[in-house]
Amino acid sequence: MNNTEAFSTTEKGTGISTHAQVRRVIICAGTGCMANGAMKVYEQFKREMTGSGLRVILELRAEAAGDEVRLSKSGCQGFCQMGPLVSVVPDGILYTKVRSEDVADIVQQTLAGGEVVERLLYKDPSTRKSCRGLEDNPFYALQNRLVLSECGFLDPEDIHEYMLHGGYRAARKAFVEMSPEEICKTITDSGLRGRGGGGFPTGRKWDAARVQNSAKKYIICNGDEGDPGAFMNRSVMEGNPHSVIEGMMIAARAIGANEMLVYVRAEYPLAVQRMRNAVADAEREGILGKNVFGTGLAVKCEVMEGAGAFVCGEETAMIASIEGQRGMPRPKPPFPAQSGLWGKPTIINNVETLAHISRILNVGPDVFKSIGTKDSPGTKTFALTGHVANTGLVEVPFGTPLREIVYNIGGGVTDDAGKIWKNGFKAVQIGGPSGGCLTEDHLDLPLAYESLRSVGAMVGSGGLVAMNQGTCMVSIARFFMEFTQRESCGKCVLCREGTRQLLALLDDVIEGRADAGTLDLLEKLGHAVQIGSLCGLGKTAPNPVLSTMRYFRKEYEEHVFEKRCRTGRCKPLLSPEINQVKCKGCGLCIKACPTGAITGEKKQPHHINPELCIKCGACATACKIHAVEGI
Amino acid sequence: MATTPIAVDRAEKFEKVVGILDRFARRPSGLIPILQAIQHEYLYLPEEVLTYVATALDVPPARVFGVATFYAHFALEPKGKHVIRICDGTACHVKQSLPVLNALREKLGTTEKSKTTPDMLFTVETVACLGACGLAPVIVIDEQVYGQVTPERAVALVDEIKAMEASPTTATASEQPSGEECHE
Repeated sequence: MNNTEAFSTTEKGTGISTHAQVRRVIICAGTGCMANGAMKVYEQFKREMTGSGLRVILELRAEAAGDEVRLSKSGCQGFCQMGPLVSVVPDGILYTKVRSEDVADIVQQTLAGGEVVERLLYKDPSTRKSCRGLEDNPFYALQNRLVLSECGFLDPEDIHEYMLHGGYRAARKAFVEMSPEEICKTITDSGLRGRGGGGFPTGRKWDAARVQNSAKKYIICNGDEGDPGAFMNRSVMEGNPHSVIEGMMIAARAIGANEMLVYVRAEYPLAVQRMRNAVADAEREGILGKNVFGTGLAVKCEVMEGAGAFVCGEETAMIASIEGQRGMPRPKPPFPAQSGLWGKPTIINNVETLAHISRILNVGPDVFKSIGTKDSPGTKTFALTGHVANTGLVEVPFGTPLREIVYNIGGGVTDDAGKIWKNGFKAVQIGGPSGGCLTEDHLDLPLAYESLRSVGAMVGSGGLVAMNQGTCMVSIARFFMEFTQRESCGKCVLCREGTRQLLALLDDVIEGRADAGTLDLLEKLGHAVQIGSLCGLGKTAPNPVLSTMRYFRKEYEEHVFEKRCRTGRCKPLLSPEINQVKCKGCGLCIKACPTGAITGEKKQPHHINPELCIKCGACATACKIHAVEGI
Repeated sequence: MATTPIAVDRAEKFEKVVGILDRFARRPSGLIPILQAIQHEYLYLPEEVLTYVATALDVPPARVFGVATFYAHFALEPKGKHVIRICDGTACHVKQSLPVLNALREKLGTTEKSKTTPDMLFTVETVACLGACGLAPVIVIDEQVYGQVTPERAVALVDEIKAMEASPTTATASEQPSGEECHE
């Protein structure tokens, strides 16, 4: 953890000392907190604070007096489930689930009285202990937040604040003091690898574009985070858009590009808006424009909204989409670094990759490398979701074991009602539709590019979905297969038709039509789709099926041979029966049954006719003594 | 011959299409942003507008239709006044988003194929991931995000909108049901 000191915000800039002392109330304005009413809380703070006699400032100013309190918004602080989040610095207090009714108490007790409002503190679900701030909150204390640190602190809509904390200093250095070769070398030395999934060394990629002899080159930021269940890039674009722009500028300088483009998913309206604002602010400040840092070099930046196609996360498909075509990939080589957008050398980097760049230039490659593993240096953000107590955005060094993330940061596995389920862990799905499942046996596996590949999964963009024992793995495989089948662009026959057939085979398993041959066929076809597809989508589409078949073979076999789903999630395999001992013959189930499948005399045990039963579960809901079993 | 109000409306909107085309300098490379802007205006992509765009950009209509049908974001059929989107990302899926979807479909009588109610008041559709996974399961009604939704709460939200639509005196149609908000 010591290495993070070098990255900390206070160390980066100058002139921050006066501002560090100013008391601040920071309201998280990420998508999650805003959905829970963060803006109402912000407005309420404005009213309460003005009425309380405190000297309130809403705007960042050069001079700050000691007795002022600044009210500001921040990007996503990552602890979305507990939102809206309100932090008070430098007091180090984090309030969770704050409603506008709570604001008066915070203003009076904390801001005026210097006391903590106990009821709004986060309570650790396993120890029931209240956590005052980030230091004693396991969700935050066990993380190593480098990319995310500023997301929860800076006002994403204030370029001056970013600059005051050392922002655009690295870009200036890149343009004024460094040659393109030096920049590429620094990034190569840092060992930074693409955070979008592939894990290709960023410095080498840049070098390939740098050596191209072309007057026109492009930098594209890939913000088309299509992996369902992941929102790391969204949070960075919303929370610290300038760090992304700065990373792009340094990349532009490194390869000699003068046009940059941010491709953002259309489902992220707030990210689009914040990126657009950030670009406009940077232009206004003269950071982007015709004469960057007085060097005479021009760099311009555009923001483009995607139109909803998962395949556009693939580099060549994204280029096609930007050119106004259907987003279909093309064979590589030529690589985009040689011939990309409009046939010109183009570098496409993931949002998170770009957000690391300015730090590497600021602290040097050695400090960056000192965290993480030898082959996977640095930190990685993961979107931890699913059946864990603490869902949200986590950033940990590569090499962190899964157990640490699920149990210590995530607070353990929960049941469907959100209560801790001690031995409830079943699997973690990592890498989304391209990734695989990790089981209990993998809990101590260090998370890194190579280690995950060796067990049939991948880092991917960083979605981490924890699943409890109540989750049917065949259904999960089907869920991902349905997704990739729908998103296949249709160019390669094996991907287009293969995913459809894989989906049909999985339906056979789930609906009780499968036999021994089905599992064989699933495996064979899965491998065929991997080999016969051009781009990452098809090459990895069978991964969820193959990896669940590898680690949960028994569950597949139960579906196929015993026509049974142990979790009860696969409805067609259910066989509801009425417990003949328990049943009192009240007739409630007969009334509830929509198909007339239940018969029986009054006060005599009833029966379900399996031929008529549609397994809707209405009888089980109606029965007051839980005599309907197996559904 | 007198023009009907609908025709006037059409003409006005075609004027807007021309404005959009001009804004993007009628470059075929701007096709996606052009279609996005048109959809923003019409709420869907009417066929006659697509052919008009093809002519204006001097590209085959097949190219325009090809792009319009490729991307999930583009709708070729009009949507209801209130669009309900149920997130079916992984996190929402494992946290039981399907029962929410089923409850809404049952309530409004929509299906996977016919997503819009006959009175054009509601459209119910699924979306791959809204990136609010910490709040799973999530639904979005007219750009407003609701987290940790249960089937009962989803149905109650629809009832609120219905009630609002039925009594024009108490609220304007564009107003949102009570509860959390996420406007900016």
